[in-house]
Amino acid sequence: MRGPHDVGGLPEGPIDAKPHDLSFWEKQIDGLRGVIGGKGIVTTHENRRYVEGLGDDAYESLTYYERWTAALSRQMVEKGILTQAEIDARVRDVRARLAASGELESETAGKAP
Amino acid sequence: MPHDHHDHDDDHHHAHDHAPPQPDDKVHSYYQILGIALKELLVEKGVVTAGEVRAAIEKRDQTTPAFGAKVVAKAWSDPIFRIRLLTNANAAVAELGFPMTTTQLVAVENSEDVHNVVVCTLCSCYPRELLGLPPAWYKSRAYRARIVQEPRAVLAEFGTHLTDKVEVRVHDSTADMRYLVVPQQPAGTEGLSEDELAALITRDSMIGVTEVNWSA
Amino acid sequence: MSAALAFAPGDLVRVRDDYPPGHIRTPIYVRGKVGRVTRHFGSFGNPELLAYRLTGPKEELYEVRFLQRDLWDDYKGSERDSVDLDLYRNWLEKI
Repeated sequence: MRGPHDVGGLPEGPIDAKPHDLSFWEKQIDGLRGVIGGKGIVTTHENRRYVEGLGDDAYESLTYYERWTAALSRQMVEKGILTQAEIDARVRDVRARLAASGELESETAGKAP
Repeated sequence: MPHDHHDHDDDHHHAHDHAPPQPDDKVHSYYQILGIALKELLVEKGVVTAGEVRAAIEKRDQTTPAFGAKVVAKAWSDPIFRIRLLTNANAAVAELGFPMTTTQLVAVENSEDVHNVVVCTLCSCYPRELLGLPPAWYKSRAYRARIVQEPRAVLAEFGTHLTDKVEVRVHDSTADMRYLVVPQQPAGTEGLSEDELAALITRDSMIGVTEVNWSA
Repeated sequence: MSAALAFAPGDLVRVRDDYPPGHIRTPIYVRGKVGRVTRHFGSFGNPELLAYRLTGPKEELYEVRFLQRDLWDDYKGSERDSVDLDLYRNWLEKI
C-alpha cells in the first residue's frame, strides 16, 4: 500500500520556491505540537501516523499545518483528552467571535469542510 | 523579540503583537479556527499552559539558519572541529550551544567529487535545531517527489549546475537521523574570520540545493 | 561495534519487496532494490511500533547507498549519482 505521504519518485512539476512566511496560527500549532510532544502526550511517530492516516484527499488538499491541526484534533479525541463535541462547540464559539470582530475573510470563511 | 503582556486569551490579537498584519491575516480556513479552539481547550484543561506554547513559539522564532552557519564556518576554520562534526555531529553542535533535542545529526561534506543534498520524502525531517523551521518548498510534494529521482534537474532549478564528474548524493532522512550539508568553502575566503564566513553561508547551501558563493 | 550486528559497511543488501499497511519508514521507491551498507548508525526504537505506542526490541539502523541508475530505468545523470537512506534492519536482507 502506498500512503499519500510516500511520494519519492512520483511525477511532479516545478518546485515553487517562493518564501512563505508562517502566519501566527501556523507557528502556534507548531508550538502546541512541540509542547504536547515534550510532555510525551503525542510522540513524533504518532503524529506522523495520524498525518498519513488523514486519508488521501485530506492529505493532498490540506496545507502542512492544516494537516497537523487535523491530526492533533483526532489524537486529542482518541486519547480521551478532549471530546469531539467540545471541540465542535468551541470551533463555533471561536468562529462567532472572529465574525463579530470582523476577522473572518468572508462570510463563509472557516466553515467546516 | 518583544514580549507582550496583555491578555493572551485571544490568539488572533496576540498574532498582531508579533508581526504586522499581513493580507492573509484574516481567518479563512476551518483548520485555522480548529487550531485556536484546540489551544484554548488544552490550556483550559491544564494540558498545556499558554506560557509554554508562547515559549515554544519564541524558541522557534529565535532558531535560525545562522546557527547552522556558525557550525559550518567553524568547521571551515578549525580542522579539528571539522573532524568532530563529521564523526560525532551531536557532540560537535552541542559544543557550540546548539544541542539536538531528540534526533541524531549527521554532517555530510561537499567536495570536488561529491555534492550532497537533503530531503525527507515521507514527511519533513529537518535539522530544526540548526536551521529553524523548514521552508515551504522543502515540505512540498514537488521537491520530495523529484529530488530523489532527478536531482540534477531540481538543483538546476535552484541555479546549481554540476558536471557529471561530481557525484550527486541525495540523503533521504526517514525518521531518526537529521542531515546538515557542509558546503564547500569558496576559494579565496581562507583569510576571512568565522563571523565573516558565517555571513556567506545560506540556509539553502546547508540543505544542499545551492553552493556558497563569494566574490572579493 | 558488537559482532552481533547484522551487516557491516560494504555489504550488499536488498530491501524487502513488501507492501503491508501501517506506519512504515521505508519509502516505496527503494523496496525490492539493492544497495550497499555504508554505515551503522546504532539501534533505535522501531517506528512501526512507536507510532502505535507499542514497545519492542530496538532495531539496528543502517545507512544504505543506492545508485540512482539502480532505482530508475531512465536515470539521467552521472553513473555514480546515489541516494542514501537510513533503513532499519527489519527491512534489509543480506545478498
